[in-house]
Amino acid sequence: MSSWWWKIAGILLVVYSIVMGFLGEVPRLDILNETIRNLYFHVPLWFAMLVQMGISWIFGLMYLTKYNPKYDIVSSRAAYVGGMFALPGIITGSVWATYTWGKPWVAEDPKLQGVMASMIVYCVYYLLRALIPDAQKKARISAVYNIFAFVMTFVFIMIYPRLAPNSLHPGNGGNPAFGKYDMDNNMRLVFYPACLGWIVMSCWLLNVMSRIKKLEYKKEFHEEII
Amino acid sequence: MAVLNSAHIIELIRKEFRLEFRQKTALAGILLYVLSIVFIGFLSFRGGIRPDVWNALFWIVVFFAAINAASKSFFAETRHKSIYNYTLYSADDFVISKIIYNILLVWVVSGCAVLCFGWMINFPVQDFSLFVLILLLGGAALAGSLTLMSCIASKTGSSYSVMSLLSMPVCIPVLLIVLRLTRNAIDGLDMSVSYSYLGGLLIIDVIILSLSFFLFRYLWKE
Repeated sequence: MSSWWWKIAGILLVVYSIVMGFLGEVPRLDILNETIRNLYFHVPLWFAMLVQMGISWIFGLMYLTKYNPKYDIVSSRAAYVGGMFALPGIITGSVWATYTWGKPWVAEDPKLQGVMASMIVYCVYYLLRALIPDAQKKARISAVYNIFAFVMTFVFIMIYPRLAPNSLHPGNGGNPAFGKYDMDNNMRLVFYPACLGWIVMSCWLLNVMSRIKKLEYKKEFHEEII
Repeated sequence: MAVLNSAHIIELIRKEFRLEFRQKTALAGILLYVLSIVFIGFLSFRGGIRPDVWNALFWIVVFFAAINAASKSFFAETRHKSIYNYTLYSADDFVISKIIYNILLVWVVSGCAVLCFGWMINFPVQDFSLFVLILLLGGAALAGSLTLMSCIASKTGSSYSVMSLLSMPVCIPVLLIVLRLTRNAIDGLDMSVSYSYLGGLLIIDVIILSLSFFLFRYLWKE
């Protein structure tokens, strides 16, 4: 991943989506009004988080088959990056909810319950990693917990909202918010680049954090990870 | 992947039961725990208890009693005992016996909770067969995830509080569905209302039990 063009592309896409997100034309809809612009920020941030959590899960599985420390490094860093993207995701969502639902957090909503549960799961994951001193044991046990927890939160996000179809959240029922938002083609021109841009940025962050962790590993164990 | 050895599994489950009956204090401790929490519940809700509050209280009691019950399945294993087990059994046999034993244990605990609630507080459930079905399916799901979590917690070498911390978030989906279903059972709604939730619970059961089974082998040996 030493090439640089994709990093430039990520910066350009994110800058484009921010500029167009605030200045572009959006349809005038009841209640939503200008808040529909949140689609350019909130949803791509969540997508980037989901991608990172997915990467963390896949590398957790790979660690358990190969026991190579480099997989553990990527898996744990991806979980941290995912957490970093979840925070602004929650904040943008809350700001939006304040002006459309009337309050920042609607605890009865199945989708928000799912978000809360998965945030707690990843916090426990970070805690678990901090609890175990031995590096190998830490990697193995946290990979097992990561796999179990990711599947459970996935179940929670995919199955539970379908059972309880009273969600206020746009695109409820486990589906992403595409049709419901009445996106016109103008919005798609901003929305898709925004998703791609934020995902690329999260991968860049993951790349940097993994490289730092690899250097730390080298310093600690005097052993290079390729 | 090794083939399962049913003789070994039965042997291990019998060993667990024998240990349980030999010590007695462990199981009695859990039952006493349930009894005292329900008593505290009774004292706190003097003026009678609403069905929805009953629902929440019941599942909180069952959940924490189940954590207590399942946590000792690996905390009781000393280092020497587990090395002895490695030489005799495969990880798959071992985890299956643990899961089956924990499922039975959680069922006993929840049955005991039902008795205590009926005795001291009240028993508002109208559809009893549905309630039993929920207890069986929910108990299996709780026991499956708690088995894996207790193994993880025992590997961290830290206290019991880690165990409850680890298991709480992964049990939230199970608890939410079970709470919703129990509300239907309390109100005595028609079975057809609950089919989708029962299906969801069954899917979660299958997912949890198979995950605990497949992930255990990576945890077992040091």
